[in-house]
Amino acid sequence: MKNQGPSVTNHGRHIAGRVALLAGCAAVLGWIGMPDMALAQDAAAAQAPTAYRDIPYIGSRNLVWIIAQLHLLLAGFVLGVPIFAWLCEIVGWKSGDKRYDKVAKEFTKLLTSSYATTALFGGILLFLLIGFYPKLMAYLTDIFFPSFLVYCCLFLVETATLYLYWYGWDAMAEGNGKKFHIFLGFLLNVFAFFIMIVPNSWATFQSSPVVISEGSDFARAWAATWNPTWWPVNIHRLIANVVLGGYICGAYAGIRYLSARSQEERYHYDWMGYVGNFIGVFGLLPLPFAGYWLMREIYQYNQQMGITLMGGFLSWLFILQAMLIGVLFLGSNYYFWLGITHRIPGSEGQYRKPIMAMLIILLLCLGVWMTPHSLVASLEEAQKMGGTHHPLLGVFGVMSAKMTVSNLMVLVTFMSFIMYWRAGKEDTAGWARAAKALMGGVLGLAAIAVIVLGVWGYFVPAIIRINYFSTSQVGIVIFVMLTITPLTALLLKSAKTTTEMVWGKMPPRAGYALVLNAVMVILLMTLMGYARSSSRVHWHVYGVMRDSSPYAFSPALGYAAALMALNTFLFCMLVAFIFWVATMGDKAKAAASSKGSVEPGTIPAMAGGSPALDGPEAPVTEIDAPERKRPV
Amino acid sequence: MGGVLVRPVILTVCIYLFLKFIVPNLPHSAPLPSSLIFLYLMLTTAGIVIFATLSGASKDAFFGPILRFLPGEGGGALSSARYIVLALFPLLVGWQTYGSTASSDAPPAENRTIHPAPPGEYTGLSNPVPKTPENIMYGKGLYASRCAPCHGNFDGKGFAAPGFTPPPANFKDPTTIAMLQESFLFWRIKKGGVGLPVEGMPWKSAMPRWELEMSDEDIWKVIMGEYDGAGQKPRTWDESE
Repeated sequence: MKNQGPSVTNHGRHIAGRVALLAGCAAVLGWIGMPDMALAQDAAAAQAPTAYRDIPYIGSRNLVWIIAQLHLLLAGFVLGVPIFAWLCEIVGWKSGDKRYDKVAKEFTKLLTSSYATTALFGGILLFLLIGFYPKLMAYLTDIFFPSFLVYCCLFLVETATLYLYWYGWDAMAEGNGKKFHIFLGFLLNVFAFFIMIVPNSWATFQSSPVVISEGSDFARAWAATWNPTWWPVNIHRLIANVVLGGYICGAYAGIRYLSARSQEERYHYDWMGYVGNFIGVFGLLPLPFAGYWLMREIYQYNQQMGITLMGGFLSWLFILQAMLIGVLFLGSNYYFWLGITHRIPGSEGQYRKPIMAMLIILLLCLGVWMTPHSLVASLEEAQKMGGTHHPLLGVFGVMSAKMTVSNLMVLVTFMSFIMYWRAGKEDTAGWARAAKALMGGVLGLAAIAVIVLGVWGYFVPAIIRINYFSTSQVGIVIFVMLTITPLTALLLKSAKTTTEMVWGKMPPRAGYALVLNAVMVILLMTLMGYARSSSRVHWHVYGVMRDSSPYAFSPALGYAAALMALNTFLFCMLVAFIFWVATMGDKAKAAASSKGSVEPGTIPAMAGGSPALDGPEAPVTEIDAPERKRPV
Repeated sequence: MGGVLVRPVILTVCIYLFLKFIVPNLPHSAPLPSSLIFLYLMLTTAGIVIFATLSGASKDAFFGPILRFLPGEGGGALSSARYIVLALFPLLVGWQTYGSTASSDAPPAENRTIHPAPPGEYTGLSNPVPKTPENIMYGKGLYASRCAPCHGNFDGKGFAAPGFTPPPANFKDPTTIAMLQESFLFWRIKKGGVGLPVEGMPWKSAMPRWELEMSDEDIWKVIMGEYDGAGQKPRTWDESE
C-alpha cells in the first residue's frame, strides 16, 4: 500500500490536470461561440418564433450529428452490455463456472460509468435540439409528450435497478440472493428494452410518420408511436446492440490480452475475447435478416424513400456496408480459426482444408455482395460495357444475389463455430456416423436450396421473391441452425476429449482481430445511422414538416464518410476513457501486488513481446498446467 | 524468395488474368472496369494473408522470406535486389501520386445513379388503365412507334441504340423494370431524361419528355405493353396484381 500511494496521487494529478484542460477548452469555445450564436439567429426572430439557430464553424447539423451519433452508440453499448452480462451471469450460475460471473461483474462495473456518460450525451443532445431546432422540437413535443413522461419514469426505474444490480452483486452472490440478483438483471434488461423503443418511436416517426388530428393526446402519441418502421427498427437495434456489446467486450479483452503481463491475465482475457466474439457472432447471424425486414418495410411504406436508399444516391452506402460486414464476417471467422489452430495443439493439419474451403466460399460471397449494380467506370470503360451495368456481372448487383450470399455467409460462419466447438473431440456414440451424415446432408441441401431460390428469384415477380423466396432462404438457414446445434450438443455429450483446449496461447493478431471487429461494428452503426437519417432527405418529418434550414441538403458521401469516421474515433476514445477510469483501481492493485515479479518471457505483446506469443517456438510456460486446460 | 510466396503470387496473377482477359470473352460479357478488378484482387490478397497467418508456422513461412530479404540476409543477388526494391518503391509511390493528381483530359469516373428516387407526387400511383388484351396491344403499338427505335424488341437494341451513351435500357434484363413499380416507369416516360434528379445525370439521358406527345393514359398503356412484351412483372406489394 505504501507503494500505491504516490502512484494514485500522480494519477489524481493527471486527471485533475486533464479535467482542467478540458474545462478551459470548453470555456474558450463557449466564449467564442456564444456571441455568434446569438448573431446567427434570424433577424426577424423578434417578431416570429425562431425556427432554427446555428453555431459558427462546425454548424448546427454537424454538431447534432456528432452528439446524436455518440449518444446512440453509447446507448447501444449501455443497452447491449446488460444483455451480455446477464446471459454470462446465468451461464455462470447454471454451470458453476465462476469465470462467467467474473466477466459479467467486470462489465457491469463498466455499465455504471457508461450509463452516466450516455445520459450526459442525451442531455447535451436534448439541449442542442431545443436550441437549434425549436420549431421541430415543439412539434414533436406536442405529439409525443405522453411518451416523454413514460421515458422519464423508465429512466428512474432503470437507474434504481442498475444500482441494485451492481452494488448488490456481492451481497446477493449465493442461494436465493443470486436468484433475486438474476431477476434484477432480467428487470434491468426489460427496462432497458423499453428505454430503447420509446425514443425509437420518435426517430422512426420522423421517417414514417402517422399523424392523426383527432383523439386524446395519448391516442395521438400512440398512433405516432406505432408507425410502420417502429418495430423493424426496434428489433434491428436490439440485435445490433447485442452485437456491439459482444464485440466491444471482445475488443476490451483483446487489448487487455495484448497488454497482459502474466499468464494468468492472458488466460483470462483470451477466454473473455472468445466469449465476446461468440456473443458478437451470435447476434451477427440474425442481423442481416432484421435489416432486410426493415428495408422491406421502408420500401413498402414509401417507394421514394426505398429507392433513395437502395437504388438512389444513398445506394453506395450499401456497398460500403457490404465491405464492413464482409470484414466483420472475415474477422469473426478468422478469430474462430485462430482459436482452432492455437488453442487446440496439433489440430492445424486436420482443419486446414475445411478452413480453406470456408474462406474461399466467404470470399466468393463477399465478392458478389460487394459488386455494385452500377459500377464505377471511366467513360471508356462504360462504353466498352455498354453503360455502367456490366452485362454479365450486373446480376450480382440486385437483392436476389445479395440475399443469397448473405445467407451463405451466415451458414459458413455458423459452421465455423460448429467446427470450433467440435475441435479436439472424438465421437463415441454409436449413432455418431449417422448423425454426422445427417448434418452434412442438411447443410449441403440447405446451401443448394438457398442458391436455387436465389437464382430462381430473378425469374419471378418481385413480390414473390420478397414474400416467399427471401423468407424461405432465411427459414432454411434457421432450420439448419436449429437442427445442427442440438445434434452437435448431443454428440458432444458423449464425446471423448482427445486434445484439451488451452487458453492464453492465441497470437497477438487474434487480439488485433477482436479490436478490428469492434471498430467495424461501430463504423457500420455510424454508416447505417446516417443512411436511415438521410433517407428523409429534406424533411424533418417525412412528407409532413419540411427542413427549411440552410442545411436542407444531403452532404456528399465523402463528407459524410469523414464524419462517420470521426464519430467512430470519438466513440472509441470515449469507451477507452470509460474503461481506463473503471479499471484504474484494479490496475493499481495489480501493479502493487506484482511489482518486481514480471515473469521472464512475458513482455506484453503491445510492448514488443509478440514473437514470444507466436510461432512454433512460443515458450511453454505454466499456462500448460492442467488447471488451465478446460473443455468448452 | 521462398516457395511459399510463389503460390500466392501465381494465384493473384491468374485471377487478374482471368478477370482481365477471360471474363470479357465469355458469352454476353464485356471488359470489367478497373475498380471492380481492384476490388476482387483486394479480396484475393485478404484471403491469402488470412490463410497464411492461421498458424505461427504458416505465418513464418509466408513472411519469413520477406523478412529475410529486407535486411539482406543470404547475400548475393538477393542482397543487391533489395537495393532495387529500395529505389523502386519510392518511384512507385511517386508514379501513383502523379497519376492520381496530375491534370488529365480524361473525364472522371462515372458514378451515375441509374434508378434515382422519383419525386413524391409519383410514388404510390397505380396504373388506372384496365389490363385488357386490347389496352396491352394498344400500348405495344405505341411502344413500336415511339420506343422501339431505341429500346428495340424490349432488349435495348433498337436501330438507333448504338448512337447513345449510356445505351437504352434492356427491359428483358431482370434487373431493370422487373425491380421497379409501374409508377417509376410512369415518371421516367413522362418526364424523360431532363426530368432526372442530379444524381441521375439528366444531361446523360436522351430519353424524350413524352408528356409533350402522349397523354397520361397512353403512357400507362405503353407501360403495360412494355412489361408484357419483355415478359416481366412490375414490383407490387399485392400478390394478386
